[in-house]
Amino acid sequence: MSALGHVSLLGTSALLFEAPGETTLDAQRRIWSLAREAMAWPEVREAVPGMNNLMISLRRPPGAWAPLAERLRLAWDSVEPLPLEGRCIELPVTYGGDGGPHMADVIAYSGLTAEEVADIHSAPTYPVFALGSHPGYCYLGGMDPRIATPRRRTPVLSIPGGAVSIGGSQTGVSASAGPSGWNTIGSTDMTFFDVSRTPPALLQPGDSIRFRIRKVLP
Amino acid sequence: MIEILSSGALATVQDLGRHGALGLGVGVSGAMDGMALAAGNILLGNDDGAAAIEIPVFPFVVRFGRGSAFAITGANVVARLNGSPIEAWWAHEAVMGDILEIGPPEPSPWRAARAYLSISGGIAVEPVLGSRSTQLRGAFGGHLGRQLRKGDRLPLAPTGGPPRLDCGLVPPALAMPLEIDGLPVVRALPAAEHDRFAPASLAAFWSEPWKITSHSDRYGYRFAGPVLEPLAPMELRSHGIVPGVIQVPHGGQPIVQMRDAQPSGGYPKVATVIEADLWRLGQAPIGSRVRFLKVDWEEAVEALDRNEAWLGQVRRLVGLRRLQERAA
Repeated sequence: MSALGHVSLLGTSALLFEAPGETTLDAQRRIWSLAREAMAWPEVREAVPGMNNLMISLRRPPGAWAPLAERLRLAWDSVEPLPLEGRCIELPVTYGGDGGPHMADVIAYSGLTAEEVADIHSAPTYPVFALGSHPGYCYLGGMDPRIATPRRRTPVLSIPGGAVSIGGSQTGVSASAGPSGWNTIGSTDMTFFDVSRTPPALLQPGDSIRFRIRKVLP
Repeated sequence: MIEILSSGALATVQDLGRHGALGLGVGVSGAMDGMALAAGNILLGNDDGAAAIEIPVFPFVVRFGRGSAFAITGANVVARLNGSPIEAWWAHEAVMGDILEIGPPEPSPWRAARAYLSISGGIAVEPVLGSRSTQLRGAFGGHLGRQLRKGDRLPLAPTGGPPRLDCGLVPPALAMPLEIDGLPVVRALPAAEHDRFAPASLAAFWSEPWKITSHSDRYGYRFAGPVLEPLAPMELRSHGIVPGVIQVPHGGQPIVQMRDAQPSGGYPKVATVIEADLWRLGQAPIGSRVRFLKVDWEEAVEALDRNEAWLGQVRRLVGLRRLQERAA
């Protein structure tokens, strides 16, 4: 059964489908495809990809949710990957210092130096798996597990826009100031969301981000 | 137009929320008490989802730039129109230049923290991505994407709704009370990681009263109570969430995501406050305590049906009253 993925409830507002196995770009391509398919179902208000998972929000809750859950699992089994390809943007990052207040936590957890964390973090080209969290924010795939660091015990009430952070095995860049449970290791400047633009979000799933080291501060 | 003469913190323009932009990272926002917003609009003959002003801090004072019917719903506030006391949950009429002062909630059979000022025709700020609700994090929607300040002037719909009815409503908190041992209750459905918490923690979660701490706002309510322990540490992949989701960060103190919740997250989820009870929690004051009551899918859907039935009843009664007035 687990190969078909797992479906759980988010109250009566939404269902959450979680793909089985490791987090991979291949699985994410199937999630994009599943989202496209589920958007056409009449019960579905919006199909929202996450990291190898998919939330479907409901127009109104059906009398029973099991049939819809089953439909998601079966659709997952049959979808073809959707190979979205987009543009790549490069972001210069200042690692550590005032803009990276939780670098010490990542160093302590990983046993690496700040320079090593910055090198490892800036090495890959990160595909945008999904948007979420706040307007324009991108969830990125492909972070090196050596710098994975658990989310914070208590979320920070506000981190600034442009904060580069690590949460568990994921990384991303805040698009605006707000609360966050992730570990902020650096900062960059970029406007990821502008409601006067069409589309308002700078990046979409299939685009990618590269981080370049501007400097590493103690 | 109405002009804000005095505003406490965090008064915002809200409607029933922004749907369809989750995939851009844009959460739903909308009134913390959607029942009060809809009821106020029905009283005035507006669409249920016309934009109103959500007021969590008092006093709040406005001047009417033109004559208009209005209603105050939500909290049982002390309000004065040109100095004369007026009732909440009743339709009133202002003429151009009138000053409406909305004071703090007074002791009443129901405890509610937020008031809604609805105006005939609705607050006519431009919709952004399909809604007039203020998106505080994204700084758009509502009035300039921010909380209201003294001196702000909000546009009203060019033509108001139908003439004012001399009519009021019994608030849903009285019509549909929900308490156990004198404490407000919100119902919740178990979520994905429910069974990955220790049995003693789950017992405490579902039976103990939970205090709403001062770190609580439209984004989320942070609760204080027994520490909730997982059976083993969990690091989840980020996924979509909805208002009502009850996350348990590694510190063990639950956070209920509210209307300005981000549309995704990764902390373990013990349960989700059902959509039908979000308005109840949205009205619970900081410092107060609530209980979580476990329900199943059928009960949660039935609760939503009851809310809709209550609104339907209100719509019918107001419609009848309107017919009566027209005949008189």
